[in-house]
Amino acid sequence: MLEVTDLHARYGGAHILGGVKLTVAGGEVVALLGRNGAGKTTTIKSIMGLVRQISGSVRYEGRELLGRPPHVICRAGIGYVPEERRIFADLTVAENLEVGRRPTREGAPHWSVAHLYELFPNLAERRRNQGKQLSGGEQQMLTIARTLMGNPRLVLLDEPSEGIAPVIVEQMARVIAELKREGLSVLLSEQNLHFARLVSDRAYIIETGQVRYEGDFADLDARPEVSEQFLAV
Amino acid sequence: MSFYFAQLLTGLANASSLFLIACGLSIIFGVTRIVNFAHGSLFMLGAYIAYSVVTRLDAGVFGFWFGMLAAALAVGLVGLAMEFLILRRLYRAPELFQLVATFGLVLVIQDVALAIWGAADLLGPRAPGLARAVRIFGEPIPQYDLALIGIGPLVLAGIWLLFHRTRWGILVRAATQDRDMVGALGVNQNWLFSAAFFLGAALAGLGGALQIPREAVSLQMDLNVIAEAFVVVVIGGMGSVAGAFVAAVLISVLNAFAVLVFPQISIVLPFVVMAVVLVLRPHGLFGKPGSGHGAPGEPEAPLRHMSGRGRMALAALVLAMLASPAVAGDFTLILLVDLLVAMLFAASLHFLMGVGGMVSFGHAAFFGIGAYGAALAVKTLGLGMGGAMLAGPLAGALGALVFGWFCVRLSGVYLAMLTLAAAQIVWGITFQWQDVTGGDDGILGVWPAPWASSDTAYFYLAAAICLGGIWALRRVVHSPFGYLLRGGRDSPVRAEAIGLDLRRHQWAGFTLAGTLAGLAGTVFAFSKGSVFPDVLGIAQSVDGLIMVLLGGIHALAGPLLGAGVFVLIEDWVSRLDFWRFIFGAIILAVVLLAPDGLAGGLERLRRLLRRTTGGGAAR
Amino acid sequence: MSLLKVRGLTKKFGGLVAVGDVSFDLARGEFLALIGPNGAGKTTCFNMIGGYLRPDRGSVRLEGRDIVGLPPRRIWRMGVGRTFQITETFRSMTVRENVQMALISHHRRSFDMVSAAAKLYVAEADALLADTGMEAHAGRPCSELAYGDLKRLELAIAMAHKPRLLLMDEPTAGMAPSERVALMALTAGIVAREGLSVIFTEHDMDVVFAHAHRILVLNRGRLIAEGTGDEIRADATVREVYLGGGAIRARDEADHA
Repeated sequence: MLEVTDLHARYGGAHILGGVKLTVAGGEVVALLGRNGAGKTTTIKSIMGLVRQISGSVRYEGRELLGRPPHVICRAGIGYVPEERRIFADLTVAENLEVGRRPTREGAPHWSVAHLYELFPNLAERRRNQGKQLSGGEQQMLTIARTLMGNPRLVLLDEPSEGIAPVIVEQMARVIAELKREGLSVLLSEQNLHFARLVSDRAYIIETGQVRYEGDFADLDARPEVSEQFLAV
Repeated sequence: MSFYFAQLLTGLANASSLFLIACGLSIIFGVTRIVNFAHGSLFMLGAYIAYSVVTRLDAGVFGFWFGMLAAALAVGLVGLAMEFLILRRLYRAPELFQLVATFGLVLVIQDVALAIWGAADLLGPRAPGLARAVRIFGEPIPQYDLALIGIGPLVLAGIWLLFHRTRWGILVRAATQDRDMVGALGVNQNWLFSAAFFLGAALAGLGGALQIPREAVSLQMDLNVIAEAFVVVVIGGMGSVAGAFVAAVLISVLNAFAVLVFPQISIVLPFVVMAVVLVLRPHGLFGKPGSGHGAPGEPEAPLRHMSGRGRMALAALVLAMLASPAVAGDFTLILLVDLLVAMLFAASLHFLMGVGGMVSFGHAAFFGIGAYGAALAVKTLGLGMGGAMLAGPLAGALGALVFGWFCVRLSGVYLAMLTLAAAQIVWGITFQWQDVTGGDDGILGVWPAPWASSDTAYFYLAAAICLGGIWALRRVVHSPFGYLLRGGRDSPVRAEAIGLDLRRHQWAGFTLAGTLAGLAGTVFAFSKGSVFPDVLGIAQSVDGLIMVLLGGIHALAGPLLGAGVFVLIEDWVSRLDFWRFIFGAIILAVVLLAPDGLAGGLERLRRLLRRTTGGGAAR
Repeated sequence: MSLLKVRGLTKKFGGLVAVGDVSFDLARGEFLALIGPNGAGKTTCFNMIGGYLRPDRGSVRLEGRDIVGLPPRRIWRMGVGRTFQITETFRSMTVRENVQMALISHHRRSFDMVSAAAKLYVAEADALLADTGMEAHAGRPCSELAYGDLKRLELAIAMAHKPRLLLMDEPTAGMAPSERVALMALTAGIVAREGLSVIFTEHDMDVVFAHAHRILVLNRGRLIAEGTGDEIRADATVREVYLGGGAIRARDEADHA
């Protein structure tokens, strides 16, 4: 479904990604692990078209997306949930969802506002509140709901467990499971190995801009030296 | 009592047209983060087009209002074209580029209007059916004013509905907060930006069109209105439409009453109000810090002292310049003095912006204060040239000390706007205070002392002062003070965390830049023998910005190169017809083609050549 | 006598109590860790001690003198150094120049407009860089440094005025495990040698338990526990709200089993 090959990215003078290669199949949840500054967020942003100095290839359903602007990539069926949440603070919850709304897409589950309010009951209660009045956890849910309004087939989740309370982390895990049940593919970047193990099928470990490991968690657990070396474990 | 009520109504009528232009400016800024200097030009075009349409059609009620709408629509299309052809390419550029590009557009539109409508003022027709006055509490109130009072809130309500009840409006509000996120959610930002530009331009056009029954249409409308429109936007909070309305009413009503007490105040009042508001609320009445925009700049390389070869090249250039009186004619010498003045002026602005990180739209204030300080020292105090040459920079320093105290409390666009306000206040005072400054007639007969009065002697004097000033600035840049000022630009948090009172440093830096700009103004005054209010004007400030930009903001030598190229181009172009058009087009070309300035452009060209010639170079 | 006395420190944002009635003492030479879940008020606490945020109530006394209401720069002059969670350095300067700036400020020469800044306090700057293992990078542009090196540079900058108290906000965030251990060992060495006190916040429990003399645990703005590593590990409340035992926080369990 998604095939990234030889992805290079620069930011200012620094070379952040040096030939990242990864794939995500339909209906699969894949974790991109690595410590801060390893290149996880840059990889996700590069796929989304948010990094300007990039080269290589990002193929999605056979179509080359590298170099296309973010809105084209979104319309192709990729949803993006940024690490910093970036909800529109002055817009209401309902308006935030409206910004994300896109037409229905063939082969992707359709998310209506009503459906999303069912999935995130807190948001339903606060639909008339401005984004800035929400708690951190509610904001995290809103940013996911907003992305789902675009009816994506693949969702990029950047550090979904970062900076939120453990209770919300657990809720996040349930949401990702729900997305998988609906048939969506997910690529998530994560530092928390245990959270990643809980929600994903497979993992890549990225370090200094390159993929250093790929495999499933059973294999990763059998090789503690790998996580020792590349992850903050 | 009734008189005051009439005065209030006049104020409210003025507020409506001010609101129309300001809210368009605010919408454009909110969505695209572009500070559109050309917005006044759109306002002026609206007036001209409305004039043409209304006078061509027979001036019935229908014809008049059709003309208004047609003008709004036409100007909206002009705005759309501006966005599509030029500004779209600059969204990722530093804000200074966008600003200078829109100023290029101001020049282009000026000459286009001149070519189409001529230089004479045009008197528009009155609004049919609204040409009389009604008596309210016994005072005559023009019916048209009452109509205008109604139009302002009507437009505000319309925009509110548009922004809150339509998907497009929600997208615009979202983009005002975080436009990249809106893009990542599948919204084509280009479309949104174009539409915002269309709407903003159409509102400015409507504002201009509605003015034709009230004031003559002229080529001065653009810059006359733009400063005040900026003020309204800044007071209201950039990007806030409701803020623009409140600010427009505040300014216009205050003005309507203030002129009763002190008739000269109207030029200065808006700027004073803005300064007060910004010091109390650094983001305006309804503004927010807002999301960042433009590309994060490339990290700047650490300062190095010049290499041996660089020093030799520089020394050779200076020597060639100093030897030029032997071969050059008087005219060239005068040009060289202009060049030296421009270099010092640009270097002082670069120190403020490039080193200190404080972008100034009003640096001409201190250039002009210096020039007037010197001229007044000669004319009023009867000092000789020596005394006047001390008085000029001293006046610049004093001015910068006063305005800098306010300015360093702000940052970014708000700081830039406050510097603009400072310059306009000084300009307004100079323009109005005829007894002292001679007003529009300026001050004549500011000649150098007899020993320096030959072109050659004055050239050497100017060279000594200007090169000395530039050398002193360089020295400061390399000093602990200059380093820490730059550090404060890089990271205010870190500066505070190593015990630095950044504001005091910035204040001192601001004052130093003002002093040297004043020095440049002093040399200028004596070279021309006269001073006029232009030296304080927006155009002079923008000239400085263009020079810094032309040279490239990251290089210390940038402003010198930029000033050199600027003066040469100006000297050549200003002899041609429609020089504004040509000059504006050159500015646009540079901004579009060499976005890192001439120094950067040359560097890229050099790298490109090295790469294509292949051979030795490893990288 | 203790170096720092914090009493009843309170800060509200809107209706939310970010920090509520926090009191503690810090002895000379003590290495104190402040831990707790995200949003527990650690950084807010830090910012109030450092002068970046004004508390609604409470006092902070540094050697008996109340420092509440003083700006950060004044608190710095009283001998409090600071490193940041997200590094703050002067990007357009070299590594050495970054340290020189702190030295110039310390020697009160920040308004010197005549000397050549790059030639001032070179030896002192290099000594500080050597202390933090950064001497090899001295001439490099700061913008090129790797993240871990930036953290070490911040430590060198913070040591420039020979502080009595060092505030370190998540000093090892974003570093590889080996780097984390090395940086904190380095810091511990400096602390022991110079006899200064440190307060740090940290999420990596390995770092906390290895180096902290004493640990304060914050939750929802309140101080819920205080003690040595062993005491904290054994504390039922702390296990419940922070260290946890669930699937997601299993790693601390596993590591210390």
